Amino acid sequence: MNTFKIGGVHPAENKLSAGSPIREANLPKQAVFSMFQHIGAPAKPVVKKGDIVKVGTLLGEPGGFVSAPVYSSVSGKVSKVDVALDASDTRRMAVYVDVEGDEWEDTIDRSATLVRMDDRKDLDGKTIIEKIKQAGIVGMGGATFPCHVKLCPPPGSKAECVIINAVECEPYLTADHRLMLEHADEILVGVQLLMRAAGVDKGYIGIENNKPDAIALMKEKTASMANIQVVPLKVKYPQGGEKQLIDAVIGRQVPAPPALPISVGAVVQNVGTAYAVYQAVMKNKPLIDRVITVTGKSVQNPSNLLARLGTPFQQLIEECGGLPEDTGKIIGGGPMMGKALISLEVPMTKGSSGLLVMTEKEARRVKPDPCIRCAKCVNACPMGLEPYLLSVASGQHQWDVAEENDIVSCIECGSCAFTCPSHRPLLDLIRLGKTTVMGIIRGRAAANSQSKK
Amino acid sequence: MNKLIVSLSPHVHSGDSIQKNMYGVCLALLPMLAASLWFFGLGAAIVLATSVLACVFFEWAITRFILKREETTICDGSAVLTGLLLGFNLPSNLPLWIIILGALVAIGIGKMTFGGLGQNPFNPALVGRVFLLISFPVQMTSWPVPGQMASYLDAETAATPLSIMSGAIATGDASLLHDLPDTMSMLLGHMGGSLGEVSALCLLAGCLFMLWRKIITWHIPVSILGTVLVFSTLLHVANPVYAMPQQVLLSGGLILGACFMATDYVTSPMTGKGQLIYGVCIGLLTVVIRNWGAYPEGMSFAILIMNAFTPLINTYCKPKRFGEVTKK
Amino acid sequence: MNTILIAVIVLGVIGLASALILFFASHKFAVHEDPRIAQVAEVLPQANCGGCGYPGCGGFAAACVNAADEGSLDGKLCPVGGQAVMEQVASVLGMQASSAAPKVAVVHCSGTCDARPHGVEFDGVHSCRIQNMTGMGETQCLYGCLGEGDCEHACLFGAIKVDPVTRIAQVDESKCTGCGVCAKTCPRGIIELRPLGPKGRRMAVLCNNKDKGALAVKECKNSCIGCGKCVKTCEKFEAITLDANLARIDPDKCRLCRKCEEACPRGAIHAFNFPPKKPSVPEGEKTTTETSNQE
Repeated sequence: MNTFKIGGVHPAENKLSAGSPIREANLPKQAVFSMFQHIGAPAKPVVKKGDIVKVGTLLGEPGGFVSAPVYSSVSGKVSKVDVALDASDTRRMAVYVDVEGDEWEDTIDRSATLVRMDDRKDLDGKTIIEKIKQAGIVGMGGATFPCHVKLCPPPGSKAECVIINAVECEPYLTADHRLMLEHADEILVGVQLLMRAAGVDKGYIGIENNKPDAIALMKEKTASMANIQVVPLKVKYPQGGEKQLIDAVIGRQVPAPPALPISVGAVVQNVGTAYAVYQAVMKNKPLIDRVITVTGKSVQNPSNLLARLGTPFQQLIEECGGLPEDTGKIIGGGPMMGKALISLEVPMTKGSSGLLVMTEKEARRVKPDPCIRCAKCVNACPMGLEPYLLSVASGQHQWDVAEENDIVSCIECGSCAFTCPSHRPLLDLIRLGKTTVMGIIRGRAAANSQSKK
Repeated sequence: MNKLIVSLSPHVHSGDSIQKNMYGVCLALLPMLAASLWFFGLGAAIVLATSVLACVFFEWAITRFILKREETTICDGSAVLTGLLLGFNLPSNLPLWIIILGALVAIGIGKMTFGGLGQNPFNPALVGRVFLLISFPVQMTSWPVPGQMASYLDAETAATPLSIMSGAIATGDASLLHDLPDTMSMLLGHMGGSLGEVSALCLLAGCLFMLWRKIITWHIPVSILGTVLVFSTLLHVANPVYAMPQQVLLSGGLILGACFMATDYVTSPMTGKGQLIYGVCIGLLTVVIRNWGAYPEGMSFAILIMNAFTPLINTYCKPKRFGEVTKK
Repeated sequence: MNTILIAVIVLGVIGLASALILFFASHKFAVHEDPRIAQVAEVLPQANCGGCGYPGCGGFAAACVNAADEGSLDGKLCPVGGQAVMEQVASVLGMQASSAAPKVAVVHCSGTCDARPHGVEFDGVHSCRIQNMTGMGETQCLYGCLGEGDCEHACLFGAIKVDPVTRIAQVDESKCTGCGVCAKTCPRGIIELRPLGPKGRRMAVLCNNKDKGALAVKECKNSCIGCGKCVKTCEKFEAITLDANLARIDPDKCRLCRKCEEACPRGAIHAFNFPPKKPSVPEGEKTTTETSNQE
């Protein structure tokens, strides 16, 4: 069975909510729409206090090419345009909407009928990309890179295939798994749309084999489609990493940064993105809701919720039985790469794939012991780096050593810190080194370009 | 509700720990422990107990009184392991005071002078053993005959396979090799030697256990044993004065060293490639020292010499970076 | 006779060969050093005390040459030789000596644990830069001191320490050389080098909070809310400006009248090193407001 070739770990899966069907979350009383729901330039608010908005009304326009618009997911009145705490644990610009009723823009097709590719032969790649861009679709796996940018390859590179990331290698999360089981047809149309947009005639869907039901269903549905192939993958973290997935599915390795996945001809999109693309192109529905897994060992009722963007996490957790007494940590995303939140007032964004509650006992780190050079981090690193060396170099501010040893290749998957028997905070230090070294490299590049002038 | 905790990802841990690894190795040594008690009886019990207790005591005393650290590190299992390995490297009739001296050198000089666990460049147990071997060559090379259950200092001694082999090479008389025990008793351990090196079978069982628990990887044991096998076969074919390869493999501390001493985390290289180089060099050095050196046993010296090269190997043997391979 | 001859020839050849090797090696491996570095080092006191924040006088000379290439000698001061030496350095490098005023680090935060509670707990490596990567950090304020002491570790002179009670970095002015390492290290940029001022007296807004008033009030009891009262008080000298909801005192224009300190409703403006009671302040201020605890 395929998997990526270097490193990897296997955390306890804890897919508590795998059996719970997606249910729709209630509308919030107040929704908060961050203008920073994607990587790149923030969106610029186009509404002001007092404006009446409907579901699907534009709230923020893109602030550049690598950017995405933000739409309202509720109807009501804009109460203010101000900073708000968001999933980055900082306060950034956002639009607050007081919810009244549930009125939708007329342009959105809310019917459940499946629109197939054959029904819309008029769509060409450019139109699809334009639709995706307008709908504000970003990578829904958590990276939130604007989807349309990936579909427009830089000059000189050509896409050969679309790889759909249905791996969901993070422990606990089951949103993509449920989405595949319940919306397989829509997803497949989305995949076809993405393939047409990227101008390729080969699509792969990579699924880890801890989801046999999803693999079987997808195989059955794609039986008649010669150009889409379901690839079952061996369970290993971080298979959902873009580079690891490409390696696992088509056996090509993306060279070190700044090379992009497109350099080996692959366009990787999340399965949730494919679903959103279907809705945007075929149903004219901008990205206003998504499936999120609310889970944790202490949560009464771990579930997969279809929730509107902007809904505060507080409300989602209440719909799953409330916040447990002994909560020690709340994580936006999965346990390996998610971000610890400082408050539940944080609203849901386009990249919120999970909300994980950990008890104090689970959450607290163990005091680190000295490094015993066991090389487990070296064997675990999916990028073939030496985490022990990088963390020491960062800790001692030897940025040159860190740079020589390719610290910028680190994808921050956390396999090293996960596996370290001495509980050393390897990734904390490597992150520090990586940001510093990237700053040094940028500074050098700027100095070079200046001296050239 | 308590204060929420924030930290950077990852938020979960594999649950692995130093203790699990160290006690895992100790567990893998249990069959050998049983075998040595079976063959050497009282002497084995006294030597091993003294060695372990002395190592733990020195670790505790040095952290407490010399380094003045608040926390003690004896619970992490590394001192127990060092003591066990040191004991396994000694003959069963060694006087107590020599063992305690060996433990002091192993823990004090081999490990704590460099800053404790994780900092030592050389395997502490081997530092202790080699110190004793050089300081007390007579006591350290008189090996009791197995099967004397109730004797300790008064045990009867005899030549070990290794001394027979080096005798054959020194005199150039291949017929001396007929005195070697048969392969089966070498495999089971019915021969003279230090406590932990006699029963190859028990050691290999322990090694398999460590491989199964992923405490070690295959690179080091396989490369050492493979190199010794190839090298000694060549020598034997060239000149029958040199012992048969299976006799070389099963005699002395080769398997103990390959599986338990050379694989010590702290002093072995980090990458698979580096570990292979390290293993091959240890294998070559062992055969060279055994056959042409002054001491009949070369394993400890070979490992210590390669320990010194470990940082160099780490500098030049980088793991294969992602994306470095040529495109298919 | 023959022996002597052979010895002479052999030694001569060895000598010649060595000389040739040395000659080529000295050319091949010559390290080019900017000649100005040696010139600058010549005028320095050669005490190698490290008081400037560089590894000895040679390091300082190299730093001065680099700084001169970048256009300014600002922030470079030899604490031993003082202004006189710096002028010599400047003349060697063909530059203007930077302003004479010695500088001192000022931490622009007064959000003590009382004023700014630590609502969450950071569990990780104790480093400000790493805590800063989590976003807000332990408090609700995105701008204030994180209190993990990166500046403390960076300072070569032990002049800045995180107070264990307030969890804010405190500058020991007697030890601070104004080298600016702490300012570069701080991930939130709250440390600034300010002119020491006459007798060490100076005024500064000890807050870096750029949030709007209402939010700033919520975040910290000692925050600057950008109300502008100090700006009005200082209309005469125009030393205080308001930018992004944050007041800033221009040390060059400030006349040390301490009126702004009184005007500030948040206690965010601090007066450094003023005597506690003597009405010796210009314009005869009679108030006895507390002076900074950093004396």
